[in-house]
Amino acid sequence: MAQEIMEEMITPDVEGMECVYQRPETLLDARFHYCPGCGHSVVHRVLMEVIQELAITEKTVGVAPVGCSVFADRYMGVDMQGAAHGRASAVATAVKRILPDRYVFSYQGDGDLAAIGTAETIHTCNRGENILIVFINNAIYGMTGGQMAPTTLLGMKTSTTPTGRTLEIGGHPLKITELVAQLPGVAYVTRQSVHTPNAVRQLKKALTKSFQYQKEVRGTCFVEVVSNCPSGWKMTPLQANAWLVENMFPLYPPGDLRTPQ
Amino acid sequence: MADIRLMKGNEALAEAAIRAGCQAYFGYPITPQSEVLEYLANEGRKRGMIVLQAESEVASINMVYGAAGAGARVMTSSSSPGISLMMEGISYIACAELPCLLVNVNRGGPGLGTIQPSQGDYFQAVKGGGHGDYRLIVLAPSSVQEMADFVYDAFDLADKYRNPVMILADGALGQMMEKVAFREYDPKDHMMVKPWATTGKPSTRPPNVITTLHMLPEQMEEVNRRLQAKYAGIQQQEVRYELLDAEDAEYLVVAYGLAARIAHRGIQLARARGHKVGLLRPITLFPYPEKVLKSMAKRLQGILVVEMNAGQMVEDVRLAVEGRAPVQFYGRMGGIIPSPDEVTEALEKMITTTVTHPVEAD
Ligand SMILES: Cc1ncc(C[n+]2csc(CCOP(=O)(O)OP(=O)(O)O)c2C)c(N)n1
Ligand code: SF4
Repeated sequence: MAQEIMEEMITPDVEGMECVYQRPETLLDARFHYCPGCGHSVVHRVLMEVIQELAITEKTVGVAPVGCSVFADRYMGVDMQGAAHGRASAVATAVKRILPDRYVFSYQGDGDLAAIGTAETIHTCNRGENILIVFINNAIYGMTGGQMAPTTLLGMKTSTTPTGRTLEIGGHPLKITELVAQLPGVAYVTRQSVHTPNAVRQLKKALTKSFQYQKEVRGTCFVEVVSNCPSGWKMTPLQANAWLVENMFPLYPPGDLRTPQ
Repeated sequence: MADIRLMKGNEALAEAAIRAGCQAYFGYPITPQSEVLEYLANEGRKRGMIVLQAESEVASINMVYGAAGAGARVMTSSSSPGISLMMEGISYIACAELPCLLVNVNRGGPGLGTIQPSQGDYFQAVKGGGHGDYRLIVLAPSSVQEMADFVYDAFDLADKYRNPVMILADGALGQMMEKVAFREYDPKDHMMVKPWATTGKPSTRPPNVITTLHMLPEQMEEVNRRLQAKYAGIQQQEVRYELLDAEDAEYLVVAYGLAARIAHRGIQLARARGHKVGLLRPITLFPYPEKVLKSMAKRLQGILVVEMNAGQMVEDVRLAVEGRAPVQFYGRMGGIIPSPDEVTEALEKMITTTVTHPVEAD
């Protein structure tokens, strides 16, 4: 019964009504496993929308990480590879070297990209691999149940910093996007978010530009999305988005860090 | 006309990789195999190969995963500590069933160890090394000629079974120079169509997904069943070994790689002293030539296993022989190469200590 109601909600009877908004075909017709309000779902959708609108579905290969978005390959309707934890940019590097005329992206969380995979991230960007890296910063390890991430804020409570992250316990939050922006190999480094419709539109522009730059062989494009983890943060989606603006943006301010010359 | 050259083992292997149509190499320098990367960075790039010096062996093996998943004929090479770093990636590659060539030019360990030749990585190569129930096909060359020959075979086996294949050599085979003849091989006749590769999805098919995640245990068991069935087929079809002086042998030496060459010299010395000794040289370490060993065992007075380690393959010999003949071991460790005299001495010791038992008729 619940199943039917859900289906009804997803595909309502729209006879006689004009369709103004629908799932892009590139996003597979599968139900997300993401928690309600999770930024991953929105970023998946926007990324697939961009690929659809650019009509590059047939020329795109994506690389999924290990993290909550480990299932990205079950939602994204392009050829996909699932990389080992942290190694998505190395995998993407190789795919692009073998298939230089395809569009290649990796999609990675903060633990994946900025802890276990830091070396791959830095060296992929430093070589200027002509790929897009989408970096979802939710300041926590969502998949493994809310442990401290390299990007966890000082004072932020996680299951491994139960009284809040301190300098003594975990050092400083790692601003890997600022680090990457220093590297001459990168073409475009930007920080976006998905907490409001306007932010989603901005992200869409950034992703569209990134694929354009990839076509022009400009070098690595690195798009951070300051995202949320309502479950890990133990907040409602609305609370999480408000918390993000108040607490994440001061340290991780949205905007371009580097644009192509 | 065969193309004959004098080359180091590492260089012969690299040259064969180019001739075998290897499209990409990802690796990180480590002695005693850096010549592979260096040779390919020069010759390979000139002849159109993608050669990337990665930031680590971890990156290298994951690049191999990506390139193999994109449908390329691809390889990496390293030596012991570097191969240890690759283990997670190798397990992923085995699970995703991606064909590729891995080369381990084994040096002395454990730890940073020595840069001298060793066979201390037998367990790691043959028994898994990485996590989960997977197998590599493992080829053990014993000459510079085989360092080249096995490259073509490895790529063909990898494609045939969609399985990673390892060439397990040692530092001496990588470094020594010998005559090598390059066989006629046109990659075009060998390359397979890979409809599963992630090359960009035409509208006519659903997306190709290379994944190693199977959340439901029932699914994961199904994947394991498929892998185990494949490994069983490999054990039926692909066993390779060499028998020398074995027809009249009462005693058998089992050794692979460089140790087999040394042991053969030791056997010749023993024969000159009147002992009937033969050699079994496993060429595939997985699949292991257990059937031939099992069938020979009952007519043998004793088996001596010679390795450049503390005794690893000897376990597989004992498993195959199942007590039908006494099995003894002689080995040197840490990068020391045993001499033929040492082998002869170990043989004579075995011959004098094993109680002669009545030989069963076949
Ligand atoms: C080698 C290895 N170490 C640890 C893990 C366990 N693990 C899975 S996901 C993850 C962290 C994911 O966090 P993040 O990248 O921030 O993604 P999120 O789940 O928050 O989206 C960890 C530690 C693993 N799968 N592999
Ligand atoms: S645990 Fe966090 S990151 Fe993972 S799906 Fe839930 S909200 Fe999203």
